[in-house]
Amino acid sequence: MNPSLSPSVPNLLDEALGLGRGGSAPWRVALVQDCVETSGAFLLHHFLKRALSAEGAGAVVFLALAHPFSHYDRVLRKMGCNLSLQRNKNKLHFIDLLNLEFPVAGQTGQNALEVGFIGLYNKILRSVEASSLRDDKGGWISIIIDDVSLLEIAAHGSVSHVLDFLQYCTTLTSELDCSLVVLNHEDIYSSEEEIRLLSHLDYLSDVVIKTEPLATGIAADVHGQLTIINKGVFTECGRSMNKVHNFQFKVKDNGVDFFYPGSQF
Amino acid sequence: MATAADGQPRTTRTPTTSSFSRASSSPSAALHMPPNAGVKLGPNGAAFVSSGIPDLDRILGGGFLLGSLVMVMEDSDAPHHLLLLRNFMSQGIVHRQPILFASPLREPRAFLGTLPSPVSSSKAHSKRAIVDPNQQEQEKGLRIAWQYKKYFGEQQASQIHDRDVKQEFSNDFDLRKPLERRLVQNIECISIQDTPELAILRDRCSSFLSTLPRSDGGNLNAGRIAIQSFCSPQCGYSEMDWDMVAFIRFLRSIVRSSNAVAVLTFPSSYLPPSFLKRWQHLADTLLSVRAIPDEDKELAKLLTGYQDMLGFLHVHKVAQMNTQVKENSWFSFVSSFLFSLFFSTNNPFFF
Repeated sequence: MNPSLSPSVPNLLDEALGLGRGGSAPWRVALVQDCVETSGAFLLHHFLKRALSAEGAGAVVFLALAHPFSHYDRVLRKMGCNLSLQRNKNKLHFIDLLNLEFPVAGQTGQNALEVGFIGLYNKILRSVEASSLRDDKGGWISIIIDDVSLLEIAAHGSVSHVLDFLQYCTTLTSELDCSLVVLNHEDIYSSEEEIRLLSHLDYLSDVVIKTEPLATGIAADVHGQLTIINKGVFTECGRSMNKVHNFQFKVKDNGVDFFYPGSQF
Repeated sequence: MATAADGQPRTTRTPTTSSFSRASSSPSAALHMPPNAGVKLGPNGAAFVSSGIPDLDRILGGGFLLGSLVMVMEDSDAPHHLLLLRNFMSQGIVHRQPILFASPLREPRAFLGTLPSPVSSSKAHSKRAIVDPNQQEQEKGLRIAWQYKKYFGEQQASQIHDRDVKQEFSNDFDLRKPLERRLVQNIECISIQDTPELAILRDRCSSFLSTLPRSDGGNLNAGRIAIQSFCSPQCGYSEMDWDMVAFIRFLRSIVRSSNAVAVLTFPSSYLPPSFLKRWQHLADTLLSVRAIPDEDKELAKLLTGYQDMLGFLHVHKVAQMNTQVKENSWFSFVSSFLFSLFFSTNNPFFF
């Protein structure tokens, strides 16, 4: 039985994250960390599909910096989710930022960045408000950012601006009942001084999902492994601790297979 | 039959209109003979252009994806990346595709003199295909090392089926024989030496690509951008890390929305580690070349034909457009390939 074909049977990932049948996410901020060897983009596709196909009224605000709409449309179509249709129904607010550049000009550079980010934030805010006004059923809204490192490049390396922007988005999640999923690359932040953005993101997030290649190298049947860190799980004695899940995955056209190491055959 | 039909437009190269009218008059013929030989359509709405190395095309699942950015990490000690660039550009010339070449050389046109010419004219190719397909199979210029040959088995059938199309799609090149001067006249060249203003290169790329709007299916005309040693010291881009990475992102996004492939080689050792990773993330297809040291006893024991081998070609990443799966069965098995060149024979041999 293929779990990805029948959404009613939760797969390992959804179980580990505590995702139920409904569209609501049990986190405020989720951080996906990937690396050059193993892209984490498939997780965004997974969350996108879940949010849109959930019973009830889920809505997604998608900030696409990495690919044009046609890419996501084709990928999601194979997973059984028609993005064009969802966009027309106003369930998906697709913000195409492939060519996003903030005008940086001389002295006013800093200001231009701020203006640019405020504009972007307002776009998100409008989309979220439009979605939450549309139905009073309290549908869950997800904001997905693909990906933060490109936002950094657009901001010309100004970490503080990116952090401010993300902080604003995080505030949205508690004010307007929505969740935030961001993708970032872990391996970019290898040296000490550059780690600020990643550690800040790490602090903001309730769930961290890491994709890594297999230690043994490339394999045909296993594409990599996932580490899921659920933060702030309270134990019986009241202490806060992180709950960690580990398993492997294989990416397919119509979804992803998740399995424990060695249990596939 | 298909071979003969294919041969025709090639021998009479100039009237592109004739192949166009043929295609429109008989749709079945159009299926067998793509209107543009330089572009091959693949699954998921993908279109490929050849890298100029038939075996590399196969490894990458068909060639370089139209609309993708290919980045090649150079070996700091050896100029093997130039082989990839040369074949890439020569293949573009053979297909009469517009090319933009940027180089840190003072006089980039000088590099064009080193572009290899195809091993034999396409006419001779199609003739030979009719005479003896087996012989042609043996003479295939670029080969993968025997270690990996068994993986070819499953694809063999479709290969034979595609052969007539493939012959046109990618050629073998003779590195000793330079292309005729008049053929390389049309290549746009730009020197990026001592031009700390990346805006110039930006403008050239976008004006070049503006003539090649994205069109899915139909009569595709593909363009090629080749950028050599992008961040090398003679470019004078020091302290411009963010500008460079912004340029690459810009290049990636404009190539994505046009019918073109950009190949960019860069000396990875000049980049700070965190930026190197950023660059790698930006690449749609990521390759690296590494020379084999001359007197490596260990390797010599491991490899047959060690004397003739030049280096390793690593495939780190294959472009995934409109899909989330690595469709390429090759890449899932092995990610590094040996290649070698024989200057003594006609063809460059890649293993």
